[in-house]
Amino acid sequence: MLNYTIRRLLFAIPTLLVISFIIFAILDLAPSDPTGNLPLTIPPEVREKIRLSLGLGEPFPIRYLKWLQQFFINEPLNLIEQWFGVSIGDSENRLRVQSWATRSPVVDLIVERMPQTLWVVGMSYVVGILIAIPIGVISAYKQYSVFDQVGTFISMVGFSVPTFFTGLVMIVIFSSTLGWLPSIYDTTHKVTDLASFWFQVKQMIMPVMVLALFNASQLSRFMRASMLDNLSQDYVRTARAKGLKERAVLLIHVLRNSLIPVVTVIALGIPQIFGGAIITEQIFRVNGLGQLLIIGIQGADIPLVQTLTFIFAVLIVLFNLVADIVYGILDPRIRYE
Amino acid sequence: MSTESILRVEGLSMYFPVYQGVMRKQVGEIKAVDDVSFSITKGETLGLVGESGCGKSTTGRAILKLYEPTAGRIELEGRDITELEGDELRAIRTDMQMIFQDPQACLNPRMTVGSIIAEPLDEHTRLKRRQKRERVRELLDAVGMNPDFENRYPHEFSGGQRQRIGIARALALEPKFIVCDEPIAALDVSIQAQVVNLLEDLQNKHNLTYLFISHDLSMVRHIADRIAVMYLGRLVELAPRQQLYSMPRHPYTKALLSAVPEPDPAREALRERIILKGDVPSPANPPSGCNFSTRCPIAEDKCRRETPAWREMDDGRFVACHMVQ
Repeated sequence: MLNYTIRRLLFAIPTLLVISFIIFAILDLAPSDPTGNLPLTIPPEVREKIRLSLGLGEPFPIRYLKWLQQFFINEPLNLIEQWFGVSIGDSENRLRVQSWATRSPVVDLIVERMPQTLWVVGMSYVVGILIAIPIGVISAYKQYSVFDQVGTFISMVGFSVPTFFTGLVMIVIFSSTLGWLPSIYDTTHKVTDLASFWFQVKQMIMPVMVLALFNASQLSRFMRASMLDNLSQDYVRTARAKGLKERAVLLIHVLRNSLIPVVTVIALGIPQIFGGAIITEQIFRVNGLGQLLIIGIQGADIPLVQTLTFIFAVLIVLFNLVADIVYGILDPRIRYE
Repeated sequence: MSTESILRVEGLSMYFPVYQGVMRKQVGEIKAVDDVSFSITKGETLGLVGESGCGKSTTGRAILKLYEPTAGRIELEGRDITELEGDELRAIRTDMQMIFQDPQACLNPRMTVGSIIAEPLDEHTRLKRRQKRERVRELLDAVGMNPDFENRYPHEFSGGQRQRIGIARALALEPKFIVCDEPIAALDVSIQAQVVNLLEDLQNKHNLTYLFISHDLSMVRHIADRIAVMYLGRLVELAPRQQLYSMPRHPYTKALLSAVPEPDPAREALRERIILKGDVPSPANPPSGCNFSTRCPIAEDKCRRETPAWREMDDGRFVACHMVQ
């Protein structure tokens, strides 16, 4: 398993390099202009100077290589320096990946935005899983029952109605009409006591539930299908013939085996948490990574978009590997050599 | 052999509802097992034969209450178990077990052999961990497997070995009665003999009673003391082995036995085959009267009107046919 992991990680390196090049090329080919959002009164020659100062004057390969150097060498060195409080070489003049819009290092921006996204989107993922698994189990066990029919209906609704709609409906109901929950997520809010904790819970409920409903409807379908698959297997009959309690048959034999593909789906979905939920974050004004990305795209902040997108790519490659490894651990029939 | 009967089945029926349409209305039922009665004496092997889909396996499963029988009565050692549910039902599982047909599918792929065999012990006994382990190793040894295999997973074994694991699992609680549901159907011929011999050895050692379900007539002839023949959910004939093979009485039994090839080519050439016409009717819509009347070479009007009774003959065998006197 260790050898397999190392081999997969080694194979991931060229994959990621190709991905980074493709992202860079696409962003370069895109007709976006970093000075496009500046006031029209700025004369063209000044705009040209701004472009040159952003490094756009250099040819494409040079810019790409510079980004590679900044991202793969300078940023890690900087991280090491920060963590261990040492300085390696000429750390003052080392060029980091700079955001064109804010002029601050992209990695710092990401680190700043990460907690909000992980809290809101991550929490919604956890809540979604906690809702989906019992629903999937029960609706499979009682297939075609009223519970199953209602569950199927709700997951179809949750899956097919987009989050920007459910989010707005929730804001209309719970913020505008009832006034129970704030419609805007306040990032500066700090939890110090019980009251502020309660406020934090209240402002998280809506974005978390909107995303959780979406995640849960998808996962509960997977769970149900996987349970149904296993419930009809012969070994379940064997377990019953052994005289096990029905609950033991269901939880020990069927659920454990059905969870294997579901765990894989869950692992594959984790990179999406880091990617943030662009639309939901936008609606509830959660200034997380998703929002950072959309602002970067709008302002043609190419280093920011390039770096964020590439980090998502790394996470996807990584969690694909994690999913494979988890599958290998859970299913004894699978061996990686 | 004592004549005390361990299992009595009376009028056992197992109907499966058929749903159709948008609202899933019940439109009929499949009569998988219809009014089946027999008894098995202690220590004997009753063979249950019939073609695919005739309800053999369903009978076995209904007897073990893996299905809820539609009608009838099942007695295990004089105790009516038809209505048992929940904990009481689980408790009698220690007395009756089943060896399943498909050794590939009937073992949980994510459990080690040791835990598969030990699970009934966890559930029904209060053995200590070490005693349980001892018992598992003992059982593996009893079915002719290396006790060190306890930490391996089912997929690491061949079909024959897996069937042995299934047998060890069934034996774990020292049951008195075992339903062998086509235990050799999924194995190749050389392994079949090994497994059948193992089942016979275990029967002698532990005084087990078997209901041996099979479609392999020669194998049933080898292992069974008495044989019951089933057609379309009903028993048509039940007789001691010798009598059944030497002189079958029911026309279906005759046809069935005439299909067994002879090993001797000279006799094989003379073998008279009774070839039945048509197909087996659907158990969802069985013919009126005798189930076999649509294909029976000697059927008369009466056969198409009246269902033949399950009668005991003078020589102690049972037949369900109007034409047999």
